[in-house]
Amino acid sequence: MSEHTLDARNILCPLPVIRTQDAIAELDPGDVLHVSCTDPGAINDIPTWCRINGHEVLDIEQDGREIRISVKVGSTG
Amino acid sequence: MSQRKAVALISGGLDSLLAARVIMEQGIHVEGINFFTGFCVEGHTHAIRNQDKAKPKRNNALWVAEQLGIKLHIVDIIEEYKDVVINPKHGYGANLNPCLDCKVFMVGKAREWIEAHGFDFILTGEVIGQRPKSQRADTMPVVAHESGAEDLLLRPLCAKNLPETLPEREGWVDRERLYDFSGRSRKPQMALARQFGFEDYAQPAGGCCFLTDRQYSTKLADLWQARGERRYELDDIMLLKVGRHIRPRSNFKLIIGRDEGENNFLEGYRKQFTHLRSTSHKGPLVLLDGEVDDADLELAARLLGRFSQGRDASEVEVEINRNGETATRRVRPLPPDEIRQDWYL
Repeated sequence: MSEHTLDARNILCPLPVIRTQDAIAELDPGDVLHVSCTDPGAINDIPTWCRINGHEVLDIEQDGREIRISVKVGSTG
Repeated sequence: MSQRKAVALISGGLDSLLAARVIMEQGIHVEGINFFTGFCVEGHTHAIRNQDKAKPKRNNALWVAEQLGIKLHIVDIIEEYKDVVINPKHGYGANLNPCLDCKVFMVGKAREWIEAHGFDFILTGEVIGQRPKSQRADTMPVVAHESGAEDLLLRPLCAKNLPETLPEREGWVDRERLYDFSGRSRKPQMALARQFGFEDYAQPAGGCCFLTDRQYSTKLADLWQARGERRYELDDIMLLKVGRHIRPRSNFKLIIGRDEGENNFLEGYRKQFTHLRSTSHKGPLVLLDGEVDDADLELAARLLGRFSQGRDASEVEVEINRNGETATRRVRPLPPDEIRQDWYL
């Protein structure tokens, strides 16, 4: 298992979702991706994308305008 | 025989939701694909504005996929899509919307996707007569042919009005359990939605692309005219969605935040533009796009004054950041009758 970061700040949805999707495609099941974003829509969209694609949201933190979402990569098949 | 697989173009609207569900009912494995062109109307873009913050911030394509219980693949086609917008073979609709070329392009991308991922066919929520340009009896075959999808393209909501496709001929899909919807009425779709138990769904298709919007198209045409060429970058088209755009001179325009949400968004672009704000009164952040001289800066500062809380003051102080240098000037806010209506884009 390894940990990775993704800077998706200052872009609007769905781009943070697309960047998350593309980053996860390069990772292995069990890896963790920490995504930083500023679009408030990401707080719903990234978890939704994770639910429908079989990944687990471990944590969501909000600090001012910045949102950090940690995702554990699932076995997407 | 292994389970057949289809990819559904999911816009987030009702038609594609129903088309996917109709085929899932027949035991086909369905996954969704959604294309991001940069012109997509997202709730979040509206949500930049303070007044829209109460509205739910959801991506409708993701929401539809979750209702259906299917995977959704969101594909960034921003770069490739530029040629569709700039050089549409079939021309534009009422505004700068290249609907037919767009549909051909997206179905073509879906065809490439199914080949790469071992899927059998493509679904769309198209209905004959639903849209004035891309969903007509004479243009729907154009989409199938020019995309290269041919008879791998199935439109479950109006399939009975169209020639049989490969999935029907091969018996993967029972044609009798498909539909014969046509025309602009939404009643058949709404009835089918009720039958499936879908009560909450996005408004009918057509409102999903900024290029169908007259005011947005005016701003894009203005951008091209000001640049002397028809090209754009993602930042350009995102900024056209935000703020009040005013072109008081042919050589520059102002993008004026309308509230705190838009000002915050425009903050992210400060370093790329000359920008102005009032230091004496509350007011917007203003980005200046273009090459300007001192008289232009004076006019820009006075316009900013007009849109600040100092609009009725005799003077406002404006800080101008240009090429990394900051200067301050005091100006008289421009009176409303000196702001020409044709400056507004």
